[in-house]
Amino acid sequence: MINIFEVNETNKMIEQENLDVRTITLGISLLDCIDSNLEQLNENIYNRITTVAKELVSTGQQIEKELGIPIVNKRISVTPVSLVGASACHSPQDFVTVAKTLDRAAHEVGVNFIGGYSALVSKGMTASEENLIRSIPEAMACTERVCSSVNVGSTKTGINMDAVKLMGEIILKTAEKTKDSDSLGCAKLVVFCNAPDDNPFMAGAFHGVTEADAIINVGVSGPGVVRTALTKARGANFEVLCETIKKTAFKVTRVGQLVAQEASRRLGIPFGIIDLSLAPTPAVGDSVADILEEIGLERVGAPGTTAALALLNDQVKKGGVMASSYVGGLSGAFIPVSEDQGMIDSVQAGALTIEKLEAMTCVCSVGLDMIAIPGDTSASAISGIIADESAIGMINQKTTAVRVIPVIGKKVGEVVEFGGLLGYAPVMPVNPFSCEAFINRGGRIPAPIHSFKN
Amino acid sequence: MKKSIITVVGKDTVGIIAKVCTYLAENQINILDISQTIVQDYFNMMMIVDINKSAKEFGAIADELDAIGAEIGVQVKIQQEDIFNSMHRI
Repeated sequence: MINIFEVNETNKMIEQENLDVRTITLGISLLDCIDSNLEQLNENIYNRITTVAKELVSTGQQIEKELGIPIVNKRISVTPVSLVGASACHSPQDFVTVAKTLDRAAHEVGVNFIGGYSALVSKGMTASEENLIRSIPEAMACTERVCSSVNVGSTKTGINMDAVKLMGEIILKTAEKTKDSDSLGCAKLVVFCNAPDDNPFMAGAFHGVTEADAIINVGVSGPGVVRTALTKARGANFEVLCETIKKTAFKVTRVGQLVAQEASRRLGIPFGIIDLSLAPTPAVGDSVADILEEIGLERVGAPGTTAALALLNDQVKKGGVMASSYVGGLSGAFIPVSEDQGMIDSVQAGALTIEKLEAMTCVCSVGLDMIAIPGDTSASAISGIIADESAIGMINQKTTAVRVIPVIGKKVGEVVEFGGLLGYAPVMPVNPFSCEAFINRGGRIPAPIHSFKN
Repeated sequence: MKKSIITVVGKDTVGIIAKVCTYLAENQINILDISQTIVQDYFNMMMIVDINKSAKEFGAIADELDAIGAEIGVQVKIQQEDIFNSMHRI
């Protein structure tokens, strides 16, 4: 039988170390909503989402209460809208109406984000995909909860450099359109390489076409728990360090697995995957940077940071994999700047630069995330950043992404306030030299060879 | 039978157990096991209970226990045992 020490350990994790289930994301296929009439399409989408997700928030709250663990977000991901809208939307403006419908449905069912305003263009763009991409600035400006993502490359297809070039311009336009709120629109827009189908984390979540009609994916978190566990392993060797991370990741993931199974059972929707990522929040102590510092770095960004992050990521996966029946998504550790107090402190102390963050993305989940850059950064420089990050993903067969926010009207060193879970960020400098001729070439970078690894 | 775990944490004072147990008895909640320790001057109690015979919903019991805790200045929580079993038992 359970004893008092185990109960106390669990409750201490929840109450003092910010253990939570970060998100229950309900994936909904919209493929059967397709219609060539725009109005009908919008109505179908609205009805489908509000029917399938009707009980999502209340079920989440029920589980929260019965198990005594916070479930921070309840979210929805849908089939990439570029596919769903292909036959009805003939202009960017048509796509914006779909974005508004998604936003309305999200408000109706009470979820805080809905992802899937997406296009998958890793090899080429159809006219409808291009229309969707061109509608992103307007869509992000006139909706509150819709998240957008674009997949511009993969290991199997190479990198679509036309899309990379376009996304640089789109990110800048989105920033310009939402400049009154510190270019917040860009915080809801991610550019991926090797995007997974089953990612429950925003802003990059969408319901892949390989998925079933509806699916429950859960993202667990708990950087604070890992950090606290590591305070007891100070000065110990790597074996002890890694064991401690593994055991903690196991415990954290078991809670996610339980919540996922409960949600799946109560909603009558199959359980998809647990995403094991350590996801920080701006709350003090809920920080991946703090873990890296606990491992032995004075500041994140110091020499050794990439190695520390690599081992952290790997141990989190090793501990979590056995705790869950299905692991998927991104899994590892997220290193968003604005959402992690320790990262913000490191940037402000001058320890952490975009270049070091880029190196760190080679060994962890996702990529350059929630980084504020000066508003006068050129579109080609943003495309260059996307191309670099995509190349890391393509060559290393991993998911990488870019979510940078060129903050219109702000310069290096100034601070941008996004609010809520998105936090705040100091504007970071971008290398001032040009890559315009490179980006302007057009076409695509061929898929890499998998032999001759080096 | 699904069991629930009640935890009481707070500064030690007279009548904590009495108050909580009275509530449980009034609501047909059976106590299966009690353990208690004092950690750094803090009263720490755990009860394993069976709420299946209670007429009240889990959510209502949780709210009422929370209110009783607030009254005597301690924190009273009820959770389904699943979360602890998941985390500590393979």
